Amino acid sequence: MDFKFDIEGGNFSNAGTASSDVKKVLKKLNVDPKLIKRIVVSIYEAEVNVVAHAYEGEMNVSIFPDKIIVRIVDKGPGIADIELAMQKGYSTASPEVREMGFGAGMGLPNIKKNTNELNIKSTVGVGTEVELINYLN
Amino acid sequence: MIKVSQILDVLNAQIVCGNTDLNQDIDFGFASDLMSDVLTIDSDNLLLVTGLNNLQTIRTSEMSDIPYILFVRDKKASEEMKSLAEESGITLMECRYSMFRACSLLCNMGLEPVY
Ligand SMILES: Nc1ncnc2c1ncn2[C@@H]1O[C@H](COP(=O)(O)OP(=O)(O)OP(=O)(O)O)[C@@H](O)[C@H]1O
Ligand SMILES: [Mg+2]
Repeated sequence: MDFKFDIEGGNFSNAGTASSDVKKVLKKLNVDPKLIKRIVVSIYEAEVNVVAHAYEGEMNVSIFPDKIIVRIVDKGPGIADIELAMQKGYSTASPEVREMGFGAGMGLPNIKKNTNELNIKSTVGVGTEVELINYLN
Repeated sequence: MIKVSQILDVLNAQIVCGNTDLNQDIDFGFASDLMSDVLTIDSDNLLLVTGLNNLQTIRTSEMSDIPYILFVRDKKASEEMKSLAEESGITLMECRYSMFRACSLLCNMGLEPVY
């Protein structure tokens, strides 16, 4: 099963709509609620990162019987040092983003905690691709 | 564990949207204006105490399966926030007390901290 959602950079009023739709799908598929929470918290963090740090993006969701793969690809500034970005507390978020309740540098470490596999590829000045894999049983 | 009715009585709070059953039990409490922080919590049946009243407060709670939100410092939920909360089955409450006062009262009542 494949789904695709657009993500608008900078627009916090729509941030989370893609993750919310994925949550509804996983509920319909009777995935364990604890696992649903881990998955949607991670993809929401990644979705908010596009809104907070990039210009525009896309979320591609593929659901298999045994796993869910979510790929979030954006056009944006990219991440120069991924290892640094993965550290708790590292953030380049703007004051506007902080006013929305984000920008503590906790998102990427939280994604790592909640997913079985996290792969990040990024090119400075072009964009970032974040892939999250969770096994369903 | 505390009852919703105790929150309304002791904190002079109001339910502004969602389940109005005063007999519901709540196990844990967590207070923050930082949604990044809230997203790291994995306790069930949690009350989020916050002064951040925007749509992301509701979205974050939706993703984190948080069933109750208490807005402090007289922060009001907008109509848009209420309808999103309704859709996600989240109960919203409002009170005029400061975060510190609300938390100390909730703690005295027996609401458990997450850590
Ligand atoms: N999609 C992205 N495009 C460009 N930079 C990004 C992207 N995602 C993350 N980053 C960079 O990595 C840093 C750390 O990201 P992380 O999600 O951990 O924290 P944050 O978004 O700043 O704050 P929080 O997630 O706590 O709200 C960001 O501040 C930003 O510099
Ligand atoms: Mg983030």
